[in-house]
Amino acid sequence: MKPSAFDYECPTDLNAVLAMLGDTETETSILAGGQSLVPMMNYRLAAPERLVDINRLPDLDYIREDAGFVAIGALARHGEIKASELVGRHFPMMSEAYDWIAHAAVRNRGTLCGNLCHADPASEMPALMQVLDATLVVAKATGTREVTAQDFFVGTYETVLESDEMLTEVRIPIPEAGTGWGFEEVAMRKGDYAWCTVVATLRVVEGRIAAPRIAVSGVGDAAIRLGAQEETLAGAEPTSAVFEEIAAAAAAAVNPPNVEHISADYRRDLLRSLLPRVLSAAASRVAA
Amino acid sequence: MNKKAISLTVNGRVREALVPPRMLLSDFIRHELELPGTHVGCEHGVCGSCNVVVDGKAVRSCLMFAVQANGTEITTVEGYDTAEGLHPIQQAFWEEHGLQCGFCTPGMLAAAKELLAANPDPGDDEIREAISGNLCRCTGYEFIINAIRSAAKAMREAEIQKTLQPA
Repeated sequence: MKPSAFDYECPTDLNAVLAMLGDTETETSILAGGQSLVPMMNYRLAAPERLVDINRLPDLDYIREDAGFVAIGALARHGEIKASELVGRHFPMMSEAYDWIAHAAVRNRGTLCGNLCHADPASEMPALMQVLDATLVVAKATGTREVTAQDFFVGTYETVLESDEMLTEVRIPIPEAGTGWGFEEVAMRKGDYAWCTVVATLRVVEGRIAAPRIAVSGVGDAAIRLGAQEETLAGAEPTSAVFEEIAAAAAAAVNPPNVEHISADYRRDLLRSLLPRVLSAAASRVAA
Repeated sequence: MNKKAISLTVNGRVREALVPPRMLLSDFIRHELELPGTHVGCEHGVCGSCNVVVDGKAVRSCLMFAVQANGTEITTVEGYDTAEGLHPIQQAFWEEHGLQCGFCTPGMLAAAKELLAANPDPGDDEIREAISGNLCRCTGYEFIINAIRSAAKAMREAEIQKTLQPA
C-alpha cells in the first residue's frame, strides 16, 4: 500500500504546469486534492512517472459569479463548494448532493475538477454537471478549449482530456427562474459511491413539462443523460403516470454493472423507483 | 527519485527533513517524526484513523504526500493536550468511554476538533455526520457521540468561565 516512486514538481504558475503536461515523454498526472489519485497510487493502480502538484496555484482556488454562470476553479475544494452561499443559492441541487459525497476530511482536500477528471461511473458530480449543462474549460500550452459536460465523459475513468490538457474551470449556467430540480441517491452508506444517483431539472409551462434534463450515475460505465426519456417528457403533463412510464423506459435502457453484492437488476429497480420521485420533486419545486 | 527539502510546523515545533516524494504524510509523521499516535488503518482514505489537522482542517494523512505539507502547520494527537492536562475532547472520550482499543481514536479526535471549532453546540446528527468518515470497530459509536457532545458542553462552559474571570 505504498505508491511507486515518482518525480514531483510544484510549480507556482499555470504556464509552467501546462509546459510540463506538454512534455509527453514523461507520463504526468496533475495532483490537486489527491483524494482519488492517491488511493489509486497507493494500490498501484496508477503509477505516474511525474506528479505536477497544482496546490501552490491559489489563482485556481475560486468560486465566483460571472455573466450568467458560476465559475469554479480547479483548486476549489468540495468542502468550500458545499459551504458556498453562491452555490447554494443558484444550485441547491449541488448542496443537497454534497451531503452524499464522501466525508468531511475528504471534502476538505478533494476538488470538483479533480472529481470530474477522475470520471468514476458511480460519482455524483458528473451527473449533476450534465443536468446543469456545465461547460468545462480545458487548457494546454497552446490554448484553451471548452467542452460540455455531456461530451466530457467517455467511460469508466475516461474523459476526452488529452495527456497534455488540464481542466482549469467549470462554468455552470445559472438556471432560468422557475426551474425545478430533484436529486435522489441510494448507496450502501452516505458518502460511498452511488448504487444509483438520479438528478433532473425541468420547468412547467402552461401545465406541460418544458426543458427537462435527466442524468444518472452508478448504472453504466459513465454518468449519462437520458436523452430519449427527456424527449418523451418534454410537452407531457407532470403526472405520476407519466413519471412511472418514463422510469420504466429508463430502467430498460441503461446497462448497469453486475457485481456480486448488487446486481444489475437491482440497480435497474433503483432507477425505476428513484426517477419518479426525482421528477415529482422537480415538478413540485417549479416556482409558480 | 530526488528527495525534496521540506519545513513544516508539527505540534508547534518546526521540523525540517529531506523526503522522497512518494513518502505519505502518515508515514512521515510516524517514522520520520516518530509520532506514532497517528494510526494507519486502510491507507486508501476510507477508515479515517490517520486523520490529522493540517492548517485547521482534518485531513487524511495517507492521502497526502509529506512533500505537500511543506510550509503547513500540523497538529497530531500528540499535540492536543495542554499544560493543564488532556484536551477537553480527550478528557471527554476518557470519561464517556469513547474508546476501547483506541485505534480509531486519534482520527475521531481530529474530526471532533474540526467540528467543535466550527460549531460549539452541535446536535447529535451533526456529530454523526462529522464522524461519518471514521470507522470504529469497538464502540458502536454511541459512546463516541456521547463523548463529543459532552466535550462540546465542557468547552462551552470553559468559555463562559473565561469571560466571567476578572481581567
